[in-house]
Amino acid sequence: MNQGEMRLEVTVNGVPRTVAAYPMARLLDVLRDGLGLVGTKEGCGEGECGACSVIMDGKLVNSCLVPAVQAQGAQILTIEGLAQGGSLTRLQQAFVTCNGAQCGFCTPGMVLAAADLLRRCPDPSEAEIREGLAGNICRCTGYVKIVDAVRQAGAPPVRP
Amino acid sequence: MIEFSKGGPAMKAEGIGFSVPRKEGPEKVTGAARYVADRIQDGGIFGVTVRSRVAHGRIKGIRFGPGIPWEEFTVVTARDILAQGWDNRVASIEPDQPFLAEEFINHAEEPILLLGHADRTLLERARRAVTVDVEELPAVLDLDQALACASLVGGKGNLFKEFRIELGDPADIWARAAHVVEGEYLTGAQEQLYIETNGMQAEVAPGDPAAVTVRGSLQCPYYVHAALTALFRLPPGQVRVLQMATGGAFGGKEDYPSIIAGHAALLAWKAGRPVTLVYDREEDMAATTKRHPSRSRLRTAFDAEGALLAMSSDFVLDAGAYTTLSPVVLSRGALHALSAYRCPHVRIHARAVATHSPPNGAFRGFGAPQSLFAMERHMDIAAARMGLDPVELRRRNLLRLGDRMATGQVVTEDLDLEGLMDRALADLDYEGKRAAFARHNAGPSPVKKGVGLSLFMHGCGFTGSGEQHLASVTGVATTASGLVRVLAAATEMGQGKETVFTQIVSEALGIPNDLVELAEADTREVPNSGPTVASRSTMVVGRLVQDAALGLKRMLIQERCLEEPYDAEGFRTAVARAHARAGGLTCSTEYRQPPNLSWDEVNYRGDAYPTYAWACYGVEVSVDTVTWEVKVEDFVARQEVGRVINPVLAAGQIEGGVTQGLGWALWEKVELDQGRMINNQMTNYIVPTAMDLPRIRVYFEENNPYALGPGGAKGLGELPMDGPAPAVLNAIQDALGVLALREVPLTPERLLEAMEAEHEPG
Repeated sequence: MNQGEMRLEVTVNGVPRTVAAYPMARLLDVLRDGLGLVGTKEGCGEGECGACSVIMDGKLVNSCLVPAVQAQGAQILTIEGLAQGGSLTRLQQAFVTCNGAQCGFCTPGMVLAAADLLRRCPDPSEAEIREGLAGNICRCTGYVKIVDAVRQAGAPPVRP
Repeated sequence: MIEFSKGGPAMKAEGIGFSVPRKEGPEKVTGAARYVADRIQDGGIFGVTVRSRVAHGRIKGIRFGPGIPWEEFTVVTARDILAQGWDNRVASIEPDQPFLAEEFINHAEEPILLLGHADRTLLERARRAVTVDVEELPAVLDLDQALACASLVGGKGNLFKEFRIELGDPADIWARAAHVVEGEYLTGAQEQLYIETNGMQAEVAPGDPAAVTVRGSLQCPYYVHAALTALFRLPPGQVRVLQMATGGAFGGKEDYPSIIAGHAALLAWKAGRPVTLVYDREEDMAATTKRHPSRSRLRTAFDAEGALLAMSSDFVLDAGAYTTLSPVVLSRGALHALSAYRCPHVRIHARAVATHSPPNGAFRGFGAPQSLFAMERHMDIAAARMGLDPVELRRRNLLRLGDRMATGQVVTEDLDLEGLMDRALADLDYEGKRAAFARHNAGPSPVKKGVGLSLFMHGCGFTGSGEQHLASVTGVATTASGLVRVLAAATEMGQGKETVFTQIVSEALGIPNDLVELAEADTREVPNSGPTVASRSTMVVGRLVQDAALGLKRMLIQERCLEEPYDAEGFRTAVARAHARAGGLTCSTEYRQPPNLSWDEVNYRGDAYPTYAWACYGVEVSVDTVTWEVKVEDFVARQEVGRVINPVLAAGQIEGGVTQGLGWALWEKVELDQGRMINNQMTNYIVPTAMDLPRIRVYFEENNPYALGPGGAKGLGELPMDGPAPAVLNAIQDALGVLALREVPLTPERLLEAMEAEHEPG
C-alpha cells in the first residue's frame, strides 16, 4: 500500500475483495483499475451520463461520484455480476433481442439502471421506464429499443 | 411501430429482410466488449496533451513549472518531429494541420506538446504545470469578418473551398415571378457526444524502419494508417491500425483519430514504451471536431399557383482553422440545398471559410442537415407568405421520375414522394390535429400546439466520383473450420455493420448466419474498403461483400469442392475441404463506377449520388408560452430507403438519428468564448434523455429498391439527422403563428427573443 492508501473491503458480485485505495479515489477507478472490472464505463466523470452506474447496497449509484471510503464494507453489483453461470438474464436477453444496445458503451450502466428499476417496479409502464432511465444517457438509440427491452423483460412471462 | 418487410419464399429466416439480433449483442450487454480504455498495456504509460488557451498567437516559449519530477516524463514537441525529418502535417484533403503547433497557434485547444508518465494523477498535475508563453494575436471568429479577410491560415482568399451549382438562368425570373421570398437561416455547431470519448493506444518497435501499431476508437482504419505512414515516413507495411470496440462515433471519429494516433505513437516512440492516450469528456468536447455552423441566404421565386421557378442559395460553412473535411462537407451540403424539389433555375454559391475556431468536421449528415434545415424551413415561411398550406406548397413542387435536380442529375426512380408525404401525414393525423389545435390555440391555455413536417432526401455513398477515387476492396475467404470470413475495413460503431454484413453473406450463399465470421478491422488483415462514413457501408461495401461471397461460391464450385444444391453442413464441409486443399481461397472485389454515372467535379454537373434515400418526417409539439419550452409530443419518420436488410436495426438507426436531430433543433448549443468552448461538459451541454422525447414512430417503404445495393438496399444512417430540425421549427411556427424562427438550436431564450421581435411595434 502506498502512503495514504486505505485497505478497502468490499463484496463485489458476491465475492469479498480487498484492495488498496486512496480514500477519495473514485469507486469507478477502484473497480476498473484496482479490481480489473472494466465493464463499468466512464462517460463524463461528473455524474451526468450514468455510464458508470453500479448497484451499491441495493441502490443505483454513479460510481464516478462515490469515494472509495464510502464503499467500505459495501455490497456492489457491476455488469460482470449480472449474468450468472454464463447465461444472460432475462433483461440482458431482452436488450439483445430488442436491439437495446448499439455501440454498447452506455449499456452496462443502462442495463443496471433497468435492473434497479425492475426490482422497484416489476412491470413498469413506458412513462415509468423513461423516468427510471432518465439518469442514463444513450446517444445511439433514441431510447425506443431500450424501452422495448425493459418492457419485454418486465412483462410477466406468458404462461403456456 | 415498424412495418416489417416480408421475406420471399426462397429467403432464409436469417438473411436479408429479417430482424436478426445484433451479432455482438451478448458481449455488449455483459460488459465483456473491450474498448480502448479497457485494455491494459504491460509496462505502458499514459499520455496527455497540452493545448493552447488562445485562439491565435505566436509561441514565445514553454516553461515547466516547479514541483514536478520532469526527468521522469516523456515530453514531445513539434521540434522532435522536425528533428527526425518527419512530417508534422496530418494527411488529409489538404495537409495543412500540424500534429503539434510549431510557431503559430491558429485555434484554441490546438495541441502544443505531449506528456507521458505512468502515474495518471501526476500526469494531470504536470499538464497544469506547463505554461506556454504566447504573444496573442487578433482572432477572427465571425463569419462576415472571416469572409472579408485575406488568408488566415491557408486557402484561397480565406476559403478552403468555393464552388457554384448552376441550372438554367434565374436572372430574369425574379422580376416577373408572382412571389419572391427571401430568408437567412443559421445553424449552430453540434457535438457528436459519443458516450465513449476518443482514445488510442500505440506501440513502436524500434528499428530501421520502425514498426508502429495503433489501436483504438475509430471509424476509418485506413485514414489513421495513411496519417501514420506520412508522419513517420514509413512504408505501409510498417504501420498497423486496429479498431477496438467503438462507443459511438457519428463522424466524430472520422478524421480526429488520426491526430490522437499520431500523438500516442510519438509518445510511444520517444518513451520506448506503450502509450495509452484517452481524452476525458471536457477535453474531447473542447478540442475535437463539431458539426459546422452554417449560414444560408435563400431566395426563391414562385408563380401564382406556388410552383417553384427559381432558387438561389448563398451557403457558408465555418470551417475553423484547418481544411480537414470541410470541402466535402460543403459539397454534400450544397448538393442538398434545394431539397427534393423541382426547380428549373438554380444558383447555389457554396463557401467554406477559415476562422480561428477549432476545425469543424464530420457529423452524421455531413452538411446536408444545415442546408436542408434552411430550405425546409424556408418552404413553410414561403407557404405562409403566399397563404398556402405548407403541405400544398410541397405537393406542387415534389421531384418525380424524369425531373432534373440542381446538378442536372435526372431522377431515374419512379418516385412517389406525394404518396410518401400523404402517408406520413396520415400517420401523424396531420389534418385532424391541425383542426383540433386551431380550436385549442384560440382558447386561454398558455400551452400552444402545432404540427409540422419536412420533406427531404439524403444522397447515399460518397459524393460525385468519390467512390471511384476510393476504389474500395473487400474479400471473402475460407477458413479451416469451414466458415466464410468477411475481409473489410468497415467498422462497427453501433450501427450494426457486423450483423448486416453477416446477413448479406448468408443470403448470398444460402447458409446460416453462424457460418459467417467477420475479420477484425485490422489493416494487417483486411483490405481498404474505404471509410465507414457517408451511409456507404451497407450499400457500397455491403454490395462488394455480396459479390465477393458469390465469387467465392463460384470458386468453390470450380474447384469441385461444392455442388448445388447444398445444405449448411455440406457447405461447411466443402469450405473446409477447399481450405485444406488449396491452402485457403479468397475472392476479392473492387469497386467499379457504374457506367451510367458521370460527374464533373469542377462544375458540379451530373450524378451527384448514385441514389438517394427519401423521407417525410412529421412532428407534433406543444409550446409553453410562459417558459417558452418546447415539448415534442409525437414524431413520425417515414422513409424510402430501398430494401431494409434488418428492420429492427434500421429502425434503431432512424430513432437514434432523429433524437440527435431533435437535440440539435432544441437543446444542443455549443457556447464559445473567444473561440473556446465553455460548456464542454455534459452538465451544461444538453442532449436528450429518455424523458425528453416521445416514442419515435418509424415506417419504412421499400418501393424503390436500388439495383446496385445488396438485396436492393440504399444507405440510411445519416438520413434521420436531416429532417427533425426543420419539422420541429415548422411545428412551432404552426403553434405560435410566428415566422421569424430561423436558427437552431431554438432554445427557450431564442424563442422568447423571436416572439418579442415579432411583436415589437414598427
